[in-house]
Amino acid sequence: MSTKKNTNARRVDKVFRYFSLGITVFILLVLMVLIIDIFSRGIGRINWGFFSNLPSRKAENAGIMTAMAGMISLLFFTILISLPIGMLAGVYLQEYGKKNRFAKFIEINIANLAGVPSVIYGILGLTVFVRMFNMGNSLIAGAMTLALLIMPIIIVSTREAIRAVPDSLREASYGMGATKWQTTSRVVIPSAMGGILTGIILAISRAIGETAPLLVIGALVYVPFIPEGPRDQFTTLPIQIFNWTSRPQADFIINAAAGIIVLLLITFLLNGIAIYTRNLWYKKIRY
Amino acid sequence: MVKLEAKDANLWYGDKQALKNISISIEPNTVTAFIGPSGCGKSTLLRCFNRMNDLIENAKIQGDFLLDAENIYKDMDVYELRKKVGMVFQRPNPFPKSIFENVAYGLRIMGEKNKTVINDKVEQSLKNAALWDEVSSMLNKPSLSLSGGQQQRLCIARTLAIEPTVLLMDEPASALDPISTAKIEDLIYDLKKKFTIVIVTHNMQQAARISTKTAFFYLGELVEYDETKKIFTNPENERTENYVTGRFG
Repeated sequence: MSTKKNTNARRVDKVFRYFSLGITVFILLVLMVLIIDIFSRGIGRINWGFFSNLPSRKAENAGIMTAMAGMISLLFFTILISLPIGMLAGVYLQEYGKKNRFAKFIEINIANLAGVPSVIYGILGLTVFVRMFNMGNSLIAGAMTLALLIMPIIIVSTREAIRAVPDSLREASYGMGATKWQTTSRVVIPSAMGGILTGIILAISRAIGETAPLLVIGALVYVPFIPEGPRDQFTTLPIQIFNWTSRPQADFIINAAAGIIVLLLITFLLNGIAIYTRNLWYKKIRY
Repeated sequence: MVKLEAKDANLWYGDKQALKNISISIEPNTVTAFIGPSGCGKSTLLRCFNRMNDLIENAKIQGDFLLDAENIYKDMDVYELRKKVGMVFQRPNPFPKSIFENVAYGLRIMGEKNKTVINDKVEQSLKNAALWDEVSSMLNKPSLSLSGGQQQRLCIARTLAIEPTVLLMDEPASALDPISTAKIEDLIYDLKKKFTIVIVTHNMQQAARISTKTAFFYLGELVEYDETKKIFTNPENERTENYVTGRFG
């Protein structure tokens, strides 16, 4: 009886192993096909001109200069707004806030916000920043919208990192007569910085790929100039790609593929930096 | 003369009473050992003397605690108190900073900016903690690269740097190997000349070796408090005798 059961359990075990292996291989294959397809179409299009040219009606003259510039300025303002607010909120909620039911309620809501579809943030940005505050479809309106989008991620990862700092370090600091702020700023935050940085970089790479909320607030698809200030109109690389893929001419599809390669590389690079900083920090700080 | 004193001290964690009517006075420049089975209140009492129990939300404290005849809870600023009454914890808990910065931490939070003052103080504290010879060439290395015993002496040096007059030690050697433990005990013996030391320990031999006086706690009560020699050879109370001879606990 027991031997029979045993063989059955082993069979299930085996089936499950091959099933999950098959699924993994399938997903990797799909990803490979996509990447190979994109690279084979677009890699030939990537040259210096592709980076330095303005957008153009002729596919072979079109470049991603303004899209890149717009994206970098957009990210700059997004980080400038979301980083201090998100980090301070995370520190407050974890270190200072009382752990009562209201705190729990806020915690759940922040976690939920991280899962709200990005287009909803776009509608919010359109209503509040673009229209109510009369910012128009400017860089700053876009940055504020994206800042709202990634703030929950920064808050949650800051909290997680701070929660991981052992209480024994806080006790050591208090035991020497340090105040709460001295303990938080000199011991807790530096110890948690690895985790906080990782969260921030992941939040940024999320912001980079966003198209929907920017389209909703009215980011332009054709911007023949580099934005010079926060009130200027702008476009970004994902929007440029989106625009190119909707053109009927085959050459623009090649441009889109090339743009996707650039975007992929930037995202890979950022994720690489995130992993690297995390490892570096954890090597320095083991507790 | 009395350095530290508790009068009719009671403490509750929520509904649970952890200290019951404890009165004890501790003389300066002595080592006093608190012994007793786990949960007997010895660590709790220790943490009353530098108000570390303030950090525990549902702790309620009654009675008077005095340092140099000043009331710790009523007449003193908690931050000033903790600079006078330093604490060393059970597990070594150096900050994830360099060795130098660990010892300099106390000076920095007090706002000391003068580099010479800080350098001198760090060196002197490390010497007092018998660690200088081992780390003088690697002050900028991370504190966590040290061994457990060295880390614990670093924590002692860190506490000495703020010039306390009392040192509270909560099982400072329980996470260390015998050789490191011996070094810590030698150190405690030396430090007695300058400081008043109160040490919580589960190690009977350790209490017998290093302390002047010993207090035995049981279920939140102070059962017996006397010269260490008397506690270990001829205790008044039967429960003390059973505990120190290893018959229970």
